[in-house]
Amino acid sequence: MKNKGLAIECTGITKTFGAVIANDNINLSVNFGEILALLGENGSGKTTLMNILSGIYHQDSGSIKIAGDEVSINSPADSIALGIGMIHQHFKLVDIFSAMDNIAAGTPGKLKKKSVFKKEIIDISEKLGLKIDPEKKIYNMSVSEKQTVEILKVLYRGARILILDEPTAVLTPQETDSLFAILKKMKEDGCAIIIITHKLNEVLAISDRVTILRKGKSIETVITSETNEKQLTELMVGKPVSLSIDRPVPENVEQLLNVYHLSVTKEDGTVGLEDVTFDINKGEILGVAGIAGSGQKELCETIAGLIPIKKGAVLYNKENIIGKTPKEIIDLGISMSFVPEDRLGMGLVAPLGMVDNMLLKTYKNGRGPFVDRAPAKELAERLVKKLKIKTPSVETPVRMLSGGNVQKVLLGREIESEPNLLITAYPVRGLDINSAYTIYDLLNEQKKKNAAVLFIGEDLDVLLELADRIMVLCHGKITGIVDAEKITKEQIGLMMMGHEYEGGNIGE
Amino acid sequence: MKGGISVSEAVKTSKKEPLVRIIKRAERSNREIFTLRLLSVVLALVAGGIFILIIGYNPFTVYATIFSGAFRSSMAFQATVKIMVPLLISSLGVTLAFKLKFWNIGAEGQIIAGAVFASYFALFHSDWPHFLLMIVMFAASIIGGGLYGLIPAVFKAKFDTNETLFTLMLNYIALNFIVFLRDGPWADPASGGFPKIARFAKNAQLDKAFGIQIGWIIGLIITGAVFVYLKYTKDGYEISVASESHATARYAGMNPKKIMLKTMFLSGAVCGIAGMTQAAGSDMTLATSVAGGVGFTAIIVAWLAQLNPFGILVVSFLFSVLEKGSSVMQSSFGLSSYSASVLQGIILFFVLGCEFFVRYRFVFRKKGVA
Amino acid sequence: MDMLLNFLAAAVLAGAPLLFGTVGEIINEKSGHLNLGVEGIMAIGACAGFMTGYATDSLIAALIAAFISGVIASVIYALLTVTFMANQNVTGLTLTIFGVGLSNFFGEYMLGKTENNTLKLPENVTSQLRNINIPGLSNIPVVGKLFFSYNIFIYIGVVIAVLIYFYLNKTKAGLNLRAVGENPAAADAVGINVTRLKYINILLGGGICGIGGAYCSMITCGGVWMSGSVNGLGWISVALVIFAIWSPARAIFGAFVFGAFSVLKYYVPKNIIAVPNAFYDMLPFIITALVLVITSIRQSKENSQPAACGLSYFREER
Repeated sequence: MKNKGLAIECTGITKTFGAVIANDNINLSVNFGEILALLGENGSGKTTLMNILSGIYHQDSGSIKIAGDEVSINSPADSIALGIGMIHQHFKLVDIFSAMDNIAAGTPGKLKKKSVFKKEIIDISEKLGLKIDPEKKIYNMSVSEKQTVEILKVLYRGARILILDEPTAVLTPQETDSLFAILKKMKEDGCAIIIITHKLNEVLAISDRVTILRKGKSIETVITSETNEKQLTELMVGKPVSLSIDRPVPENVEQLLNVYHLSVTKEDGTVGLEDVTFDINKGEILGVAGIAGSGQKELCETIAGLIPIKKGAVLYNKENIIGKTPKEIIDLGISMSFVPEDRLGMGLVAPLGMVDNMLLKTYKNGRGPFVDRAPAKELAERLVKKLKIKTPSVETPVRMLSGGNVQKVLLGREIESEPNLLITAYPVRGLDINSAYTIYDLLNEQKKKNAAVLFIGEDLDVLLELADRIMVLCHGKITGIVDAEKITKEQIGLMMMGHEYEGGNIGE
Repeated sequence: MKGGISVSEAVKTSKKEPLVRIIKRAERSNREIFTLRLLSVVLALVAGGIFILIIGYNPFTVYATIFSGAFRSSMAFQATVKIMVPLLISSLGVTLAFKLKFWNIGAEGQIIAGAVFASYFALFHSDWPHFLLMIVMFAASIIGGGLYGLIPAVFKAKFDTNETLFTLMLNYIALNFIVFLRDGPWADPASGGFPKIARFAKNAQLDKAFGIQIGWIIGLIITGAVFVYLKYTKDGYEISVASESHATARYAGMNPKKIMLKTMFLSGAVCGIAGMTQAAGSDMTLATSVAGGVGFTAIIVAWLAQLNPFGILVVSFLFSVLEKGSSVMQSSFGLSSYSASVLQGIILFFVLGCEFFVRYRFVFRKKGVA
Repeated sequence: MDMLLNFLAAAVLAGAPLLFGTVGEIINEKSGHLNLGVEGIMAIGACAGFMTGYATDSLIAALIAAFISGVIASVIYALLTVTFMANQNVTGLTLTIFGVGLSNFFGEYMLGKTENNTLKLPENVTSQLRNINIPGLSNIPVVGKLFFSYNIFIYIGVVIAVLIYFYLNKTKAGLNLRAVGENPAAADAVGINVTRLKYINILLGGGICGIGGAYCSMITCGGVWMSGSVNGLGWISVALVIFAIWSPARAIFGAFVFGAFSVLKYYVPKNIIAVPNAFYDMLPFIITALVLVITSIRQSKENSQPAACGLSYFREER
C-alpha cells in the first residue's frame, strides 16, 4: 500500500476554454500523509484544476502522475478508480436516497445486505469520529451531515487522495473543528489531502504546505510553518499595479441609501448577509470587495427587491424600500446592472437582440397593446457607437456577443435610465483594457451627475483607483469600510480573508 | 478504509482518451442552420424512399403520386386545404404555449372543447340570424378552448403540477365527454339508434369561399395575428422574456404566473377555433373524431416550424399534401394511407436528430494519440 | 356472486396489456425519460408479435419478436433523446404517430397478401393463448377462477412486474438507475455511466411495452388481425404510471383497477345506477388527474416523478 511519496504530481497543466486560459502551465504536487492548502481568488483556476483531477475536464496539455505512474483521467470513474475522492462545494447527492444508498450507488458488485452495509459504514465513520445515520434521507439532513455523507462516499470507495472544495464554507466553527480533527486522522493514516479554502486562519491551522494560484498560474508553494498571513495575502493578491484611472473628487456628498442591520439568508439556508450596516452617498463610488459568495449577490438582489430578507431595513431617501416590488424600486430611480457568473442570467435575455433587451424596463410605455421599439432601437444604436459594442447588428441575439460586449449592453441600458443609485457588479469582467476604461469613464460620468454608484468588483487595483470608499465583505459580514486613497491592497486582502479593519469604518 | 491504490490497473483502463466525445460548438449562422435543416429533410425523404423501395415500389412514382394526389383536381386541392385548416390553426395555438415553454400536449382536448361549445349553439340555436350565429359560435369556441387550456395552467401556477401529464389526461376526458354527448343529451333522435349527433343546419355551417369552407381564411388571419402578437405586442414581449427567465421577468416588473395563465388561455382558445372550423366547416356536425389526432400532429408541425407562424403555414401545408396524397396511395398502389404517418415520422426523426448538430458536435479520438 | 367473479376476471383481462405498458414506461421514467411513444411501441410490438406468430405458428417466437421490436423502436427514441438530446415530448409523440402508422400499414400490407382479407393466427398459437387450466388450482371455487384460470400473458405480466420491482428496489443496478433519473450529475460524479444506463433501460422498457402490444393484437382481438388494436392503451399506460406512483408493484394493482373501470360499464346494471358509458371510460383519466394534482400539492419527494425526468443530461465542457 502506497502511503509515502508523491500522491499527485501535476506538471505543466494547461486548459483553455475558447479565449480564456483557465490553467496556464500549472505545477502542483501533494505527498501522501500531507495536507496541502490551495489558495486563490475566483478566476485563479483552482476549480478547473480540481475538475481535471476529478475527471470532469481533460487538460489540453501537461501530465498527471498519481503515485508515481502517469495517468490519463477521462471520466469521474477513472478518477475514482485512481483513488481520488472529490468533495465538491455543491454536494452531488440524490435527495430522496438515504445516506446508505448514496454511498452504495455506483460501487461495483451487488447490493449488500442492509445490516451488513450499515455496519460497514458505521465502522468507517467511527474510525474517524464521523457521526452518521446511514438510513436518514438526504433531504432531511443538515448541511454538515450532507458533507459527512460526501466524505464517506469517497472513503468507502477507497480514496487515498482527498480533495475538498471550500469545505468549511457551510460549517459552524464547531463543525469545522470536527472536520479538521477527521482530516488530521486521515493524514496520519497516510492519505493525501488537498483543501481549497479562502480562510487564512484555517490554512495556517491545518495545512503542511500551501500552493497559491493567481490568474491561472501557479505562483508559489510555501511551507505553512514558515509563512504567515501577510505573506500569503501578498502572494494571493499580487503586487499593486498602477492603472491611472481617473478619480474625480466627490462633490455635494449627501446620503442617499442607508442600510441598517441587514441580514439575509441564502436559498440553501446558509448566511448571505449578516448584520450589515452602511450608507452610500450621492456623487460617490462605493466599491465593494470580497471573495465571490461573500454576500454581494444578496446585497444587490435585496436592494433591487428581488429576494426576501431576514431582518433589517434599507432606507432610500429616508423611505424603507424593503417589501417593495422590483418595479416600484425601479421607478424610484434605483437601477441595478448585476452581472452574475453566467452573465446572461438576470438583466439580459439571451435569445433576444440588443433592441429587445433595451426594452426590458420600458416596454410598457406607450398606449395600446403594441411595443414601441423605435426609442429602444435608437438607444441601441447610440450605445453601439458610444461604447464601441461589437455586434453584427442591433437585432443579433445577445448570447452571440462576447462577454465583454454583453456587459457593455447591460451597463449601457442601466445608465440610460439616469438612475439615482446605480448598482453594478463585475462590469468589467472579461473586458479588454480599452473597453474597461470606457466603463470606468461611464461610471465616473454618473458620479459627476451626482448619482450614487455601488461598484462590486474583483480587481483590487481597479477598486483602489476608481472607488472613493471601499467596503469589504467576508462571509456576509462587513470587515471594513475604508478610504480608498489611504488603504493598501494588502490590507484589503486581509479584510477579504476575514480580518476586521482596526482603523475605524467610514460611514457606518 | 480499503487498502492502497493499485495504480497499474486503473492506468490500464484510462490510458486512452475516450473514443468519441460530445462538445458544444460555437454558434452557427442562420444560413448554416437553415441549410442543415433542409439537409435533414432531404435525408428524410431519401430514407422514406428506401422504405418505399423495401416494400417493393418505386420511390419516385410514389412521391410523385402523393404530390399529384393533392393537386390533381380542384376537388383534391380543396380536400387538401380542408385537411390543412384545423392543423394550421391548432399548430398556431400550440405555438403560443410552446413559446412560453409550457408543454401543452392538450391541444386535442382544447380543440374538442371549442367544438363542443360552438356546437351547442349550432344545434340548439340554429334559428338565429346566420351572421350572429357565426359570431356567437366563434366566440363560444374561443371561450370553450380557452377555459380548457386555462385549467392546467391554474394547477401549474398554484401547485406546480406537471403540465405535460395533466394536459394529456384532459385530452381523454374531453374525448369521452363527446361520446357522452353523442350517446346521451345530444343524440340525434332521427338517427334510428345509430349513435351520432345531428347534422348542423345549413344556417349553422361555415360559409364557403372558392368552394372551401372559410376556415382557411380564418386560418390565414390567425397566422398573421399570432405573428403580430408574438413579435409586436407587449404580451408577446413578456412571453419572450418570461420564457427565458422568471427572475429577469420579475426584475422587469412582469408577473410570470399571470403571463402563463393568459398565454394558456389564448393557446387553448386558438385550438378551440380549430375545433369550430372542423365541426362547422368540414364535418357539419359534432363528431367524436372532430380532433382526430390533429392536436398531436400540431405539436410536431409547430416544432418542425421552429414556432414560427409562417413556417407553420408552410409545414402544415406540406403535411396536408402528404396526408391527402397518401389517401390516393390506396387507390393507386393498394398501399395503406397509413404511409403518411410513417413518412411524417421518418421526416421528423431526421429533423430532431439534426437539431443536435446545430448546437453540438462529435469529436473523435485522433488515431495514434495515446 | 358469479357476476362479481366474472367482473373481476374481466378486469384482470382488460388490465393485462396495461400492466406491460405501465411497467415499461416506469422503467423509462426512472431513467429520466418521459416516453410518450408507448402507444407507438406497443403498436409495433402488436404487429411484430402477431405477424411472427402468424408466420411461425410459435408463441415463443411471437413473444420474442414482440420484445425485440419494442427494443428496436426504443432505439430510435433513445438515440434521439439521450445522444442527440432532442426534446423528449416531441420525440415520443413522433414515435407514437410513426409506430401506429407503421403497424397499421404493415398490417394492411399483409392483409392485402391474403385471399380473403383476414389474418387469423394459426391453431398452435391460439391454443397456447387460451386460458390455462392448472390441474387442481383452477378448479378451486372462486379463487380458482380469480387467480388461476388466465392465459399465459397475464402470468408473464405479473412475473415481469414483480421482477422489475426487485430490479429497481433490491439491486445495485436498479439503485444506480434511480440515481440517474433523480440526479444524473450526482450519478456521473460517482462514476456511473449515465448514457449506458439510460440506453439499457429505455430499451428494456420498450421491449416490455412491445409484449404488451402483442397482447392486444393476439388476445384482445381474438387472434384476428385488426387495425389499431392498441387503441389508446399506450396512453392509458402513461396515465397509469402516475396512478401507480412510479412503482411496478402498485402498477399491478393499478392495472387491475383501470381494467375494472374499463369493463365496469358492462357489469353495473343500468336500472340501478344509470351512468353513461362514457363516464366509466373517463374515470381512469379523471382519477389520474386527481392523483397528479394531489401528488403535486403534497410534494412528497419520494412519491413523485423522478426529479430529472424530462431533462437531457450533458456533462458540460463549459
